[in-house]
This record gives sequence, structure tokens and C-alpha cells, in this order.
Amino acid sequence: MKKILRFFKKKPIWAILLLLVVIITILAPEFIRRRNLLNILLQSSVNGVMAVGMTYLMINGFFDLSVGTVMGFSAALAVGLQPLGIFPAVIIALLAGAGIGAVNGFLVARAKINAFVVTLGSFIGVRGLIYIYTKEDALIGERMVFSDFGSSSVLGIPTLFIIMLVIAVIAEFVLRKTPHGRNTYAVGGNYEAAENAGIRVNRTVMVNFILCSLAAAVGGVLLASRMNAATPGLGWPDQNLMIIATVVLGGTSLNGGYGSIVHTMGGVLTIGVIQNALNLLNVQSYYNMLLMGIILILVVFADSRFKQARNALRVTDS
Amino acid sequence: MNEEQIILEVKNISKTFPGVKALSNVNLKVRKGEVLAVVGENGAGKSTLMKTLSGVFYPDHGSGGIILDGKTVSFSNPLEAKKAGLILIFQELSLVSELSVAENIYLGNLPRTKRGLIDWRRLNEMAGKIMADLELDIDPRELVGNLSISRQQMVEIARALSMGAKVVIFDEPTSSLTEAEKEILFMNIRKLKEKKVSVIYITHKMDEVFQITDRVEVLRDGQNTGSLVTAEVQLEDITKLMIGRILDDYFHKNQAVKGKEVLKVENLSKAGLFENISFSIRKGEVVGLYGLVGAGRSEVAETIFGARQPDSGRVWINGKEVSIRSTEQAVKIGIGFVPEDRKEQGLVLKMSCKENISLAKLPWIKNRGFLDTAVEMEMYEEYKDKLSISTPGAYQKVVNLSGGNQQKIVIAKWLSMTPDLLILDEPTRGIDVGSKAEIHKLIAKAAESGYAVLVISSEMPEIIGVSDRIIAMRSGRVTGVFTDAEVTETTLLKAIAHV
Repeated sequence: MKKILRFFKKKPIWAILLLLVVIITILAPEFIRRRNLLNILLQSSVNGVMAVGMTYLMINGFFDLSVGTVMGFSAALAVGLQPLGIFPAVIIALLAGAGIGAVNGFLVARAKINAFVVTLGSFIGVRGLIYIYTKEDALIGERMVFSDFGSSSVLGIPTLFIIMLVIAVIAEFVLRKTPHGRNTYAVGGNYEAAENAGIRVNRTVMVNFILCSLAAAVGGVLLASRMNAATPGLGWPDQNLMIIATVVLGGTSLNGGYGSIVHTMGGVLTIGVIQNALNLLNVQSYYNMLLMGIILILVVFADSRFKQARNALRVTDS
Repeated sequence: MNEEQIILEVKNISKTFPGVKALSNVNLKVRKGEVLAVVGENGAGKSTLMKTLSGVFYPDHGSGGIILDGKTVSFSNPLEAKKAGLILIFQELSLVSELSVAENIYLGNLPRTKRGLIDWRRLNEMAGKIMADLELDIDPRELVGNLSISRQQMVEIARALSMGAKVVIFDEPTSSLTEAEKEILFMNIRKLKEKKVSVIYITHKMDEVFQITDRVEVLRDGQNTGSLVTAEVQLEDITKLMIGRILDDYFHKNQAVKGKEVLKVENLSKAGLFENISFSIRKGEVVGLYGLVGAGRSEVAETIFGARQPDSGRVWINGKEVSIRSTEQAVKIGIGFVPEDRKEQGLVLKMSCKENISLAKLPWIKNRGFLDTAVEMEMYEEYKDKLSISTPGAYQKVVNLSGGNQQKIVIAKWLSMTPDLLILDEPTRGIDVGSKAEIHKLIAKAAESGYAVLVISSEMPEIIGVSDRIIAMRSGRVTGVFTDAEVTETTLLKAIAHV
């Protein structure tokens, strides 16, 4: 019991998720039905993949405001380029995402421009690309294979969720077990010390910007296949911020050097559960946003309170 | 001592950090209008004591108390301490450089007009009065950012007075002042005395103790070791109490046989930082780079390590000319660098001991692309024993270790790379005396096991104690090279001092 309590204190997001599940089940018993739970997993898949990429970048000490537009752009490409064949369309969509990430990463790591400004620029600029490409029209998929994939499931579990899960597991593994993962924590934790240890800090930053945008592009492709369409407004205006919020909910530090994919998943599920519950309860989606804002601040507040309590026990002096 | 005159009394204060008892039953008495020096080696607990006094730290539960002006007080933050009249002036000044002098003095307490706006006329009048009182010729309307460090310090003193200070604590106030600025500071401290304000003066510079203070309180390893009247004692009396141990085996000379030339630097120059630096280090040799802060020592080292690019000059490693463009390249060539500020430049504080030790070696402990955590653990165990690092475990975050053990972790990181050249910049800054001796031993051992070692230090006994050869620098130039046999403190001082 004490152990559980300590875990919740360290990672308040799981306590909040549990609490939400209990409350929502009481208010709307149909919440806990299998069908509904699977639905939550399906709806969380896109956010989940994108949050994985963002977690990498945030552990590295940066964040990316352009993920929502990158997602929209790659969705548009994945649908619009289907005349070339599904496979080429998807590949191009992913490469476009990675390319935007490379530009972001280059400008931040090499040209030393502030990441906020760089990704704010691509956030706006790539949206322009979407409008140019789509001519402001919604694109509808032509191939049933594509949309069938998006609504398919394996052993009753949505394929998209399985994809997200696989990506998350690999991502966590890489983060913990490879030099790149360790370098990411080191650069985010202390840029100068990492550089002095001979770590290629610029390369690490570059790679994580690319991974973050690539994850957003994967999210875009998955979303497009689920809807079998892409609208020019996908991800506009605030999906980028929702993804950052999700990662923060999972306890990843905004200053870098700390965080994990597992707990980011806690953030992803929490947001999925809230959205689903408010639908079940027929609450206007505006309340949905209000509530999510409140929860975000609550979690971060709780986290900092617990952290203070922990630190009071072990302050260090020079 | 006349009890009535005691303005501040500290009774049996203790402060424990994980693994370290920073203060243990420390006592202190400050009389009205006196200047009390608090001296001690790095790590003796001076700063911890002052931070505990001024509400930055909380003393250990149940361990004595602080009596200010006859009342027992307990501050939970620096603001409360300030309001009670106990004001700490930090080493780094805490002024807002974009605001005016007057605004800084009355920050948080700006006079208002009836409509609630800031009453500029009255503000500048009040500030002007304080300035006149201290006989300072500083315009209250001047932006603080435009003032020199010493004049900013005066603004801090003025602010302390405006808050009704009873005790002002100075923590190493002269560390960034010139000789002339120091005199002005002392003048202002004497003015504080005249106004019956007490001053606690923390320093490790003995000449200042004799110049300005009335009494001396000596701390060592977090305990009182003596309470003296300045006028009645000699320098030796104080240092004996500070060090408290025989320093004969304090420094370990390395016995290594010197081998081939590992590093050779010729005419290395970088505009504005250093000029025509030439020297070499052989295998098994410890070379000391000595000079005042700003003489260009660290910059030379950083250039050799690839963190800066020289304008001109040549560098050879093991007889091969190299042009090092990045730290990554330097590491590959076989250079290790223990930087000056271990917390800012050397360690990732949020990471564990094990992870910090392996940080530079990650590309070499891969197994099919993944980190070989078993090898990593072996490395940790090996260096924990070799360097006698005291830590609760491999997964302990380095932020929780003492300064000495943190430094050992940084050194372990480089020893694990078995570099040909090891550069250490101020390797014992902020480390307690015991660990210092251990670090010195490590340096000697490193040389004996075949490294070429470059040590930068601003502590003269240290540089003389550990080096086989000393290169003295002043204003970016080499001003002297001394072998261990011929060097004395006087000759060294002459070489580095501004004429």
C-alpha cells in the first residue's frame, strides 16, 4: 500500500487516471464496457505516437510547436498522393515530416536560433504549405485498403493502437538502452557537461528534432487512414500544445533531462479518457478543453509539491 | 563580553545534508557595531552557516537557535531575515541591472502617490539621502547596469541600510574587486560600524582579516575551532586553527619517470584572450598553469580541448600535429578535461553516479548498438574502489554527493577513457581539505601511471605542491617557467602579479 502511494506521489498522473476512471464509471457505467475502452485506445493512438516523439525532444531540453501542422501536412500528402500508390504516398508523407524536422533541428542546433521561434515559424509556414497543396479542399482517400487498415483490428485490438504501442515500446527501449538515449538525457540535463564529455550534442539535438517531426508525420498518416480523408485544418490550431501538455502530464521536465515514454503514455490515456467521458456525458467540447487545462495545471502543481517535499529531505550545498 | 552589546547570537546550530554534517553545534556572538571575520577553508561551513542565519537553509530540527537583538528568531526565508534586520550580501550581487539605483534600493517598498502610482520625486529624494549619508557620489537615477561591480556593491550596502539593517553579512565581497575598489568597500564597512551596524565578514583572505575586522571566528569541518581578537593574534595562529592538521603529506609529488613528449603547443594565440603560448608536457609529468583569474589559463586549456578555436598557433599530440575543431575530436585524440565548474560543465546532476562515469565512454561500451550495462556497472565498481568514491550506490544521483565525491566522479569519467593528456581546471575548488589531499594524490597517481597532466589552479600552495613544472601567466602571456626545484612563492607571485 505504501509502495503504491509512493509511486503515485512520484507519478501523480497515474493516480489521476485511476481516479478519473472510477468517477467516470460511476457517472456513466457504459464507460467501462469493452467496446468503449477499445474506442479510447483507438482515439489515443495518434496523440500517443506524436507524444512519443515530443517526449524525446523535451527530454533533450526543447519542444516543437509545429507537430500539429506537420501532422496535417503528412495526412494531406498520404491521401493526396494515393494515385502514386499507397506505399509511395505514405513514404513521401513520412519523409516530408522528417525533412521538416531536419530543418527545425538544423536551425536550432547549428544556426543556434531559439527553438520556440524556429518551430513557431514552421508551425505557421507548414500550414501555408498545406493550403497550397490542398487548395483549401478536403482530400478524400481513393483506396479502400488505406481506410480498411485504419479501421482494422488484430485480435479485437485496434491496429492503430498496436502500432502506437510498438512504437512506444521501441522508443522507451532506445531511450534507456542506447547511447543516443543516454545522450538525450545528458544533453537535456546539462548541455555543457555533455559537450565537455565529447558527446556530439548538435547531432543529438538534430536527431531528436527529426524523430519528433517523424512521429508527428506517422500520426498524420494514421489519422488519415482512420478518417480516409485529410482536411486542410487538421491539427489547427492547438494540437501542438495539446501534445506538449500530454508529455508534461506524464512528468517529463520542461527543462529537459528527465522523463519517460511509459509515463507519457499515462498522459495520453488521461487525455483520451477525459475526451471520451465528456462525449459519453454529452458535455459540450468546450468544457472538455476547460477541464483539460485545469487538470494539466493540477498535475504539474501536485508534481512540484511532491518534488519540494522530496527535496526538503535532501538539499545539497556546494 | 558585555552581554548587553550582543546583537546576534547563534547557539548550537547544526545542519545536516545527506551524508554530510555541514555544521555541528556552531556558536557565534556578534556585538553591536563590530566587524567579525568568519574564516575557514573551503567546505568549513562558512557559507552554510550564513545561509542558515539568513533563512536560506533551515537548521536541523531541535538544534539550538538564533537570538537577534534579545529575541529568539527563526526565519523560513531570506525575506523574513531581511525584515528582521539580518541582511546577507551574496558573492553574486542580487540587483536588477535594468532598474535605477533608487528603484533597486527601494524595490518591493517603492513610495506611492495618492493615486497609487510610483512617487518618483520622493523615491529619488529618499535614495539621494541614503547616498549622501554614506558619502557616495552615485546618481539615484543611474541604471544599476551602468555601474561597476564595486559601485553596485555600494548600492547593495545602501539598500541594506534603507531596510534598517542590524547585521550585514558579506560573503567573500572582494573576490571581484580591484585593490582600489577594495579600499572603498572597507571605507563603507567602517561607516556601517559608525552607525552601530554589525558586520559579519566571510573570507579566506587573511590580509583582509587584519585590515578590517575586530574579531575572528574560525570554523573547520563545520565546527568552531577558535574565537580570537584580531589585534592580539598573528597570521599563524589563525591558519593553525583553520587547517588543524599537519600538512606535510598534504601534497603528493609524483615519482614518475618522464617519457616522451605528449603535448606540444607553439605560439597559440587568440585575440583578446592569450598570445604566443608555447609549452610542452611529457608522459608522466604534471605541469601547472598558474595565474590570476582572467590571465587566460582556462582559455588556453579550453582551446587545447577544442572548446575554443585559436586564431593561430600549432598543437602536437604524441608528435603528430593536430587541429582540434571540437571537444568530440579532442576526446577521440585522447584528451580528458575536468572543467573548472563541475556542476555547470562537468556533471549531469540529474543522472546517477554510474551514468556520469560512463558519459564520455558510451560509444565504446556498445554491444550491437545497445549500451552494455554490465560493462558500465563494472566501470562504476572499478572507479568507486580506485578513487574511494563514497556514495550510497551506482544509481545515486550525483546531485546528492558532496563536492569532493562529485569531483572524483568527473575524474573517474576521464580516467576510464585512459587519455594521454588529462587537463584539470581548478580541480579542488569548493572541496573540503580532506578530499583535496585525496584529489592531489589522484593527480600524482595519474602521472605515475603514465598520463601527461596539465593542472590549472589559482591556489599557490596547490600549484607548487602538485606540479613538476609551473608555467606562470599574466594577461594572456607566459611570464615565467619554473621547475619544481627552483620555484618559491615569491618568484611565482612576481611572475603573475600586475606591475
